[in-house]
Amino acid sequence: MPVRHPGRWAAIAVLAVLAAMFLHLLLTNDRFNWRFIFVSIGDGKRGVMFTGPVLEGLRGTLLLTVSSMVIGVALGVVIAIMRLSPNPVLSWVAWLYTWVFRAVPRLVLAILFGNLGILWDRIGFGVPFDEQLGRLFGVSDLNLQFYSIKATDLLSGFVAGMLALALSEAAYMAEIVRAGIQSVDPGQAEAASALGLSRGQVLRRIVLPQAMRVIVPPTGNETIAMVKDTSLVAFVPVTFELFFQLQAISSRTFIVLPVLIAACLWYLIICSVLMIAQYFVERHFGKGYGATRRSRKRPVGVEGATP
Amino acid sequence: MVRAENVHKSFGHLEVLKGVDLEVRAGEVCCVLGPSGSGKSTFLRCINHLEKVNAGKIFVDGDLMGYRERGGKLHELREKEVAAQRRSIGMVFQRFNLFPHMTVLQNVMEAPCRVKRESKSEVRERALALLDRVGLGAKVENYPGQLSGGQQQRVAIARALAMRPKLMLFDEPTSALDPELVGEVLDVMKDLARDGMTMIVVTHEIGFAREVGDSLIFMDGGVVVEQGAPREVIGNPRHERTRAFLSKVL
Repeated sequence: MPVRHPGRWAAIAVLAVLAAMFLHLLLTNDRFNWRFIFVSIGDGKRGVMFTGPVLEGLRGTLLLTVSSMVIGVALGVVIAIMRLSPNPVLSWVAWLYTWVFRAVPRLVLAILFGNLGILWDRIGFGVPFDEQLGRLFGVSDLNLQFYSIKATDLLSGFVAGMLALALSEAAYMAEIVRAGIQSVDPGQAEAASALGLSRGQVLRRIVLPQAMRVIVPPTGNETIAMVKDTSLVAFVPVTFELFFQLQAISSRTFIVLPVLIAACLWYLIICSVLMIAQYFVERHFGKGYGATRRSRKRPVGVEGATP
Repeated sequence: MVRAENVHKSFGHLEVLKGVDLEVRAGEVCCVLGPSGSGKSTFLRCINHLEKVNAGKIFVDGDLMGYRERGGKLHELREKEVAAQRRSIGMVFQRFNLFPHMTVLQNVMEAPCRVKRESKSEVRERALALLDRVGLGAKVENYPGQLSGGQQQRVAIARALAMRPKLMLFDEPTSALDPELVGEVLDVMKDLARDGMTMIVVTHEIGFAREVGDSLIFMDGGVVVEQGAPREVIGNPRHERTRAFLSKVL
């Protein structure tokens, strides 16, 4: 006779009852207003999840997530490498960056960036301190800007929100990447440089690909957190964003709960897609570690077809 | 091929090498014996400049390693120049240090393709031949994690040989292996020695040193205590310290 597990059955029974109660709530309580969420919010209009402004907002949220993550990850890698650099100035600057941007809440940062336009009239590329240099040599109004744009135009809305999120993200990514790089056995870099690889090659070809195994899972976390943090840019203010658009509908129609449910559903859907993507990325960088079931099952001594 | 003059190396206040001299001729196999902490691995790592020496000079094939002599002063070489010097020196580590994210074949091909920018098909052919030579022709598409320690170390040897080195450095190549796997790695090294490769081997394998070595040095406390022909040093050590060490390992 196998060992009996009465505790398991009890737990299953409790959970089953709770699930049944939850389902009952979803299906019978008409205040959820599923029709409003999925089918139509009024004559000839689609459900709240699929109305035009909400889909626009969804696009904005995705765009914000992707762009701020791309910038955040790229900048984070650079800062992590600076932090590990033997040059003490670089290392200190990297530390300072991480310190500042991790300390300030994203919400505060978003609002702050939305108001940074106050500092300058125009923002552009050119020779730094051109005005001051000009005055030094007796030329007033020396302008050596190659390209400039009105500050309030550049830093209004979307760009300000994106920068706030990206710069904050870079600070977190820097720590994640640093941990990843430091997790790689120093013998790896040693063996590679003994073969004559340059420091850049050692980093790109040997250390970073191995660090990725450690970097990817927390980066997946960060991406998912970013999807949700995009709702903070509503305070910049950016209206081109999912949650703002949904809230606008609820304040117009006075229908609150179904709109919030619709928001939850959209965030659920986005994160599910991201989790699937993360699975494949992890599998790619787990190559050679027996971390993926496929490579573990391959019998030793049989040549695989894939390189 | 290798000449070391009065090499000193310290880590902080700890002086690990206190004036080591060595001369290894081309085609010679030099074995380095000594208790742990005697500085033998550090000395080996100084030869390809993985460690900077604090004083003294090391020449490999006439090149001063890591420095340029100008006007009686030593100027440190740039990283690129050091990397170029290392190309002709192969190194095999105690813990193999194969790249785990690359297949066996990619491990061997990496340096010739990236560093020397040789044509891929040519390198591939040479890599396959080398892997065949170390007895791993059937494992080229496996990842290092799927191989035994002995197999991994043989891949590491093939990886170093793929750069066509003039000199091979072995840092306790069999110390991390199960006893029954030591033989297969030593066989590959013997084969290499027969082919006339110049080798410096830090090892605890007295049998290998006696059989394959052309010269032997015994180090202790950061200095060379005794050197000479392996049979003589092992069979008839002159120094008390050598005798004490050998009596424990033999």
